[in-house]
Amino acid sequence: MSDAVARRPKRGRGHTFGGGSPLVYLIALIVVAITVGPVLYGALGGFRTNAQIADKPSALPDPWVFSNYKGVLTNSSFWHYALNSTAIAAITTVVTVIFGVMAAYPLARYQFKGREPMFMVFVLGLLFPAAVAIIPLFIIVTRNLSMGNTWWGVALPQAAFALPMTVVILRPFLMALPKELEEAAMIDGTSRIGLFWRILLPLSAPGLITVGVLAFVGSWNAYLLPLLLLQGDMRTLPLGVADFSTEHSADTAGVLAFTTLSMIPALILFLALQRRIVSGLQGAVKG
Amino acid sequence: MTPALALMAVFVAWPVFTAVRFSLYKWKGFGPLSNFVGLDNYKLVLQDDAFTSAIVHNLIIVGGSIAVQLPLGLGIALLLNRKMWGQGVLRTIIFVPYVLAEVIAGVVWFQLLQPQYGTVDALLGKVGLHGPEQGFLGTPEYALWTVLAVLTWKYLGLAVILFLAGLQSVPEELYESAQLDGASWWQVQRKITIPLLGPTIRTWCFLSMIGSLQLFDMVWILTGGGPANATTTMATYLVEQGTKSHNYGIAGAASVILFVIAFVMAITYQFFVLRRDTLDDSRKASRKSRKEAVR
Repeated sequence: MSDAVARRPKRGRGHTFGGGSPLVYLIALIVVAITVGPVLYGALGGFRTNAQIADKPSALPDPWVFSNYKGVLTNSSFWHYALNSTAIAAITTVVTVIFGVMAAYPLARYQFKGREPMFMVFVLGLLFPAAVAIIPLFIIVTRNLSMGNTWWGVALPQAAFALPMTVVILRPFLMALPKELEEAAMIDGTSRIGLFWRILLPLSAPGLITVGVLAFVGSWNAYLLPLLLLQGDMRTLPLGVADFSTEHSADTAGVLAFTTLSMIPALILFLALQRRIVSGLQGAVKG
Repeated sequence: MTPALALMAVFVAWPVFTAVRFSLYKWKGFGPLSNFVGLDNYKLVLQDDAFTSAIVHNLIIVGGSIAVQLPLGLGIALLLNRKMWGQGVLRTIIFVPYVLAEVIAGVVWFQLLQPQYGTVDALLGKVGLHGPEQGFLGTPEYALWTVLAVLTWKYLGLAVILFLAGLQSVPEELYESAQLDGASWWQVQRKITIPLLGPTIRTWCFLSMIGSLQLFDMVWILTGGGPANATTTMATYLVEQGTKSHNYGIAGAASVILFVIAFVMAITYQFFVLRRDTLDDSRKASRKSRKEAVR
């Protein structure tokens, strides 16, 4: 640490107590090992045979086997699940973002009576965990709305439960956009609708991406609602993973390959947009 | 705004209202909702050991998650907040478990925790220890703590990332002047960083609490609530009552109790802890609106 302090003046604005001592690196290494260990175990386990796994639970593939992954990728159910997951997540995201911005914009911009109570409705919505309503939701969606075992039947409730968070994140974001731009556009004769599409949507893109990714990943990872509503070929990947692992409990390598392939899309999306997610979560934290 | 409210009315308000209604009837899912039983379902649920122990499990998870993840997350965030090689990669890696579906993390850990031939037992064997014979998930005394450990693995990254983001808003000048005054690293953390991180920590606790109360996926995958109801949560209890036994009245009563517990805890927390932050915010907001009014 002392030499980091000595180095500091040259660097200008750096962290004052900067620098990593060997101990810091050691701790970081342990944390990383514990964090990625299970993920790597899953990914590498998919390249091994069951005999290898049974023989040495924590060893590298020797030799590397590709049949597990090939088996999953040529399994038509896997692609059905992936399609369902993608479609449901896409519908959820689009509905959440569009309805969310339509609700957050007036709450951010217009002065009207009952604005704050209206916003409180969304804040209160945060307090209703989906688990509370899950059984009636199942009955309403399957019986009253006849949307059981459909994409929309899962996507619409998911969007409804994602909306409070979306509005809570988006409102302060929209409030922070400069009013002057809108005023200028209004003076130039833009309609309210034109203003929304041509000025506001592009300006608020970062905020929309944040809430969009949160909605997408939330839907992609969801388990409870799909578990109750979807059967057979309509199942999503988390259901597929869970069912595969119980049906093929003896085929550890196959389960690990299936699991690994299912985690890839959300992982890529999330890591690519990590910064947005973090700022979005922070926005939510700051309310 | 109307579409959003309509969607929430249909898919949030209607089901919640229905849950309350179900809770007052004895209903198996067939025929009309006619057998009104008043509060009998609540009495049955609260007298059911499976449910009362589920409440205890939820509370253990709430307390355990905060007690373990707060110091660990804070420690790791403070470590990672230094200029060091590979910082960006480290931050990304630590976030990975949070991104995974609970189901996927659960399935991998289920394999790791298999009794005897699982990796965890094998690693323990190398240092001369033996896991329990039925496996960590199969032994009632260990199962809940094992679930808690897996949850810690899964959610620690969120705490670290939020704390790190909060740390970045601490002005560098404070550190510099503290250093000039001869403060040690530890003093600086204790007297400056952690107090300034207060709002972030308090809100994280709130999110963690609400998440722990509705815990379902991980338990369902790892243990299904077993062995011998050692890991049931309120959510697994009500799903089991609703889907397997078709006791919709019982499930409704359990839902309402879950909601009341979550609501009371949220309001209490809001009142005693978060109020400080919102008061600050509203003061800021009123100052801002006054400024705007002047303009």
